[in-house]
Amino acid sequence: MTDTAPLMPRRREVHPDPYDPAYKTSVTRSPKLPLLALESTPTEETGPLFTHDLIGPLDNNLIVNFTQGKGLAVGERIRVHGKVMDEQGRPVPNTLVEIWQANAGGRYRHIKDTYFAPLDPNFGGCGRTLTDEDGSYEFMTVRPGAYPWPNRANDWRPMHIHFSIFGHAFGQRLISQMYFEGDPLIARCPIVETIKDRSQIERLVAPLDMQNSRGMDYLAYRFDIVLRGRRQTRFENKLEGM
Amino acid sequence: MPQPLDILVETPSQTAGPYVHIGCIPSFAGIDGIYPQDLAESPIADGAKGEIITISGSIYDGTGWAMRDAMFESWQADAAGRYPGMDGADPKVSGFCRFAADKDSGEYTLRTVKPGAVQTRQGQWMAPHISIWIVARGINVGLSTRIYFAEDDHSADPLLSRIEHRPRVDTLIAVKDDQGIYRQDFHLQGDLETVFLDL
Ligand SMILES: [Fe+3]
Repeated sequence: MTDTAPLMPRRREVHPDPYDPAYKTSVTRSPKLPLLALESTPTEETGPLFTHDLIGPLDNNLIVNFTQGKGLAVGERIRVHGKVMDEQGRPVPNTLVEIWQANAGGRYRHIKDTYFAPLDPNFGGCGRTLTDEDGSYEFMTVRPGAYPWPNRANDWRPMHIHFSIFGHAFGQRLISQMYFEGDPLIARCPIVETIKDRSQIERLVAPLDMQNSRGMDYLAYRFDIVLRGRRQTRFENKLEGM
Repeated sequence: MPQPLDILVETPSQTAGPYVHIGCIPSFAGIDGIYPQDLAESPIADGAKGEIITISGSIYDGTGWAMRDAMFESWQADAAGRYPGMDGADPKVSGFCRFAADKDSGEYTLRTVKPGAVQTRQGQWMAPHISIWIVARGINVGLSTRIYFAEDDHSADPLLSRIEHRPRVDTLIAVKDDQGIYRQDFHLQGDLETVFLDL
């Protein structure tokens, strides 16, 4: 059995505002009434656990996983790597990390995406991996293109990779996005700007990591992720009122 | 200045966007051949103990439109109220399922076993329930809620008891229709707004 102590409460102020008129779709898709807050229960403190046999050898390589190695995706080759930790700074090992992204031209392989940029026959756009014992993970992929989207008349998404992370408790579940250092569209994106705390936005911007890049092959970007932690529970495991 | 607290800050959430299916349920998005199958297509395997149930419904935005692009995850205990990994848990119950709103009708369907009651750390019994997490374009932080079942005794449930506006309790309770299928709709806004959770 893994640790099942209570989760630290989520600090809602470090997350985006659910309702943000500049991101138009959020207007009708944000609850109007307050959330019901309680201490976590076993329902939130447990969660699905995955094992390494789930992961195929090419799953974390988006350059080749769509063709199963028969062809290479078009674009600038990059390695995205980092560590998954909790709020106490403890590594989160063996947790599932899934990513999805547009191709190098900014087009998703999706029936709803009708942008002019062509599909890449060698690029699917998803990958997954399990963190190691020290919480680290890595993907090989191509740098996704920026793309326009219907919001205001001329809104563009900065280059980004969508991330889904599980942790070890259902209450740690998180979906976020990674941006790239130096992209001028980050400061112009209403979805980025749903996060009101500027220092929190910076935490989604992966720095170029030349030390972990490989000459004549790929550039590296470093993206660390922090999930909710668990409280210390000493002297708490007794019936209420005692 | 006092000593700093040695606590990191959680990575901020961002919307899952319109293409969440590519990353989480690629076959649903028409992308086959990368993984053998989508993750967690069912929370149970053949032979799971307990009553097999089906829950169906839609998620409605603030205009009353059934959203076609939402993705759901469910997490639950087995029929005896044990989560996977706990002593004696049913090995045929993974407890975790991913499913999507239908792209034409907006309706979702979850087939599972009815979970048992679960005891809290304080010794209270939570009535049988399934935890639901919802993401979609326009949802900036994934929404948590629960599905309870109409026939159970909810009088001592610690979560439902905390809902001050009693009529809102019904937004968390699935009711069987005449086909024997539990109906559970989610409403992001309006008179029927679902109780969403922060726990
Ligand atoms: Fe995107």
